[in-house]
Amino acid sequence: MSNNERYSRQMILPGFGLAAQEKLRAAKVLLVGLGGLGCPALQYLVGAGVGSIGIMDADKVSISNLHRQLLYSETDIGQLKTTVAAKKISEQNAAISIEIYAYAINKQNALQIIKDYDLVIDGTDNFSAKYLINDACVLLNKPWIYGAVYRYEGHVSVFNLGSLPLTQPLINYRDIFPQKPYNGEIASCEAAGVLGVIPGIIGTMQAAEAIKIITGIGKPLYGRMFNYNLLEGNSYEIEMVKIKDAPTIDQAFFNTMNTDISAVVDCDALDIDIEEIDTASFIQLRTNPNVFVLDVRERHEYPAIDFSHAQIPMSELRQAIFDLPEKELCIICHQGIRSIYAGQLIRAKRNLKVYSLKGGLTAYFNKVKA
Amino acid sequence: MKILFFGSLTDIIGVADLCLNGITDTDALQQFLKAQYPMLSSAKYFIAVNQKMISANTPLKTSDTVALMPPFSGG
Repeated sequence: MSNNERYSRQMILPGFGLAAQEKLRAAKVLLVGLGGLGCPALQYLVGAGVGSIGIMDADKVSISNLHRQLLYSETDIGQLKTTVAAKKISEQNAAISIEIYAYAINKQNALQIIKDYDLVIDGTDNFSAKYLINDACVLLNKPWIYGAVYRYEGHVSVFNLGSLPLTQPLINYRDIFPQKPYNGEIASCEAAGVLGVIPGIIGTMQAAEAIKIITGIGKPLYGRMFNYNLLEGNSYEIEMVKIKDAPTIDQAFFNTMNTDISAVVDCDALDIDIEEIDTASFIQLRTNPNVFVLDVRERHEYPAIDFSHAQIPMSELRQAIFDLPEKELCIICHQGIRSIYAGQLIRAKRNLKVYSLKGGLTAYFNKVKA
Repeated sequence: MKILFFGSLTDIIGVADLCLNGITDTDALQQFLKAQYPMLSSAKYFIAVNQKMISANTPLKTSDTVALMPPFSGG
């Protein structure tokens, strides 16, 4: 009776009722990432009565999380997100069964963990994790709910949703974006900035999609990419199709891909400050004979640049750090994110003056063209 | 026709939309945009015409709206 009272406001909804509530109670949802997307998604799943929830995150609460991850308080700083989240949601709804995974998803654990759940909500903040979740869900025939933000915009979509036997191949993330961007190619929240309500809105929409899929109400965002723009106050929806040269995801593909996930960052280098210079300073600096201009983009990246420089792709940089000349280094890349990371890797090993071109070649070409 | 840019692509183009005419298909559109905005050459995105993703070169009419959508990863 108390449960009927707790959920009465949603159970009286047309098309919902006891049957939908029972489906929620029986459902098992894995939430990967307890950040800006994961916190609101988790709170609404718990509120709605999703019976079993797995929460997965290796991070600890930090002060810069608090403006958007409203599950955490100042007194939680330094504690594992999974520990804090489990405590708060058990206070919110003691009937929910919580499974804690206080580590990051990786190639070794993904299949083993995901296989026990009905669906996965992606609350991660990096491409390596998103591609890994996608590939694992395709192998295991599980739907997953994608969410991601960029500055004032957000994406929501559902991938790989369909029941067996399949009448046609399901749309997955690699059908839309077959190739994973390089680390730092597209700015993260940390680098690009984020307003707290954006992941709040997107994470809440992900919870809404989960509730729809579990209960069977409404029309899931499967096969559709929903783009929300906070500044414009509008949204744009795109119907997705499978591209022709999308890869086939099988066990062999899974084994050869997703190799970089545990080696994304060298934590000890990340505290080093790298001085950023604007395009005008860069144009002056690059003619100085004591300055060595280093392009860390991969070899197949465009456009070509017409000034003298050396190229050592980020993927080869670690092996080449001691081959760099005793000069001041000015590092350039696509958006000015990888170049900072490259500078940190170099400074961790070499005592060289290092600059990073702010905004990367994107800013450079915009300035030169103007 | 109207061309819409999303996410990180607006950093490359400098604006969120452009009005262009006289472009016959999506291949020609990409060629034109990459010549004007070289950084677009290495960007990853999919193209949608009138809110439907395309998987091959697609003819364009003046009344069409084309969207270039990159991946996002923030959370």
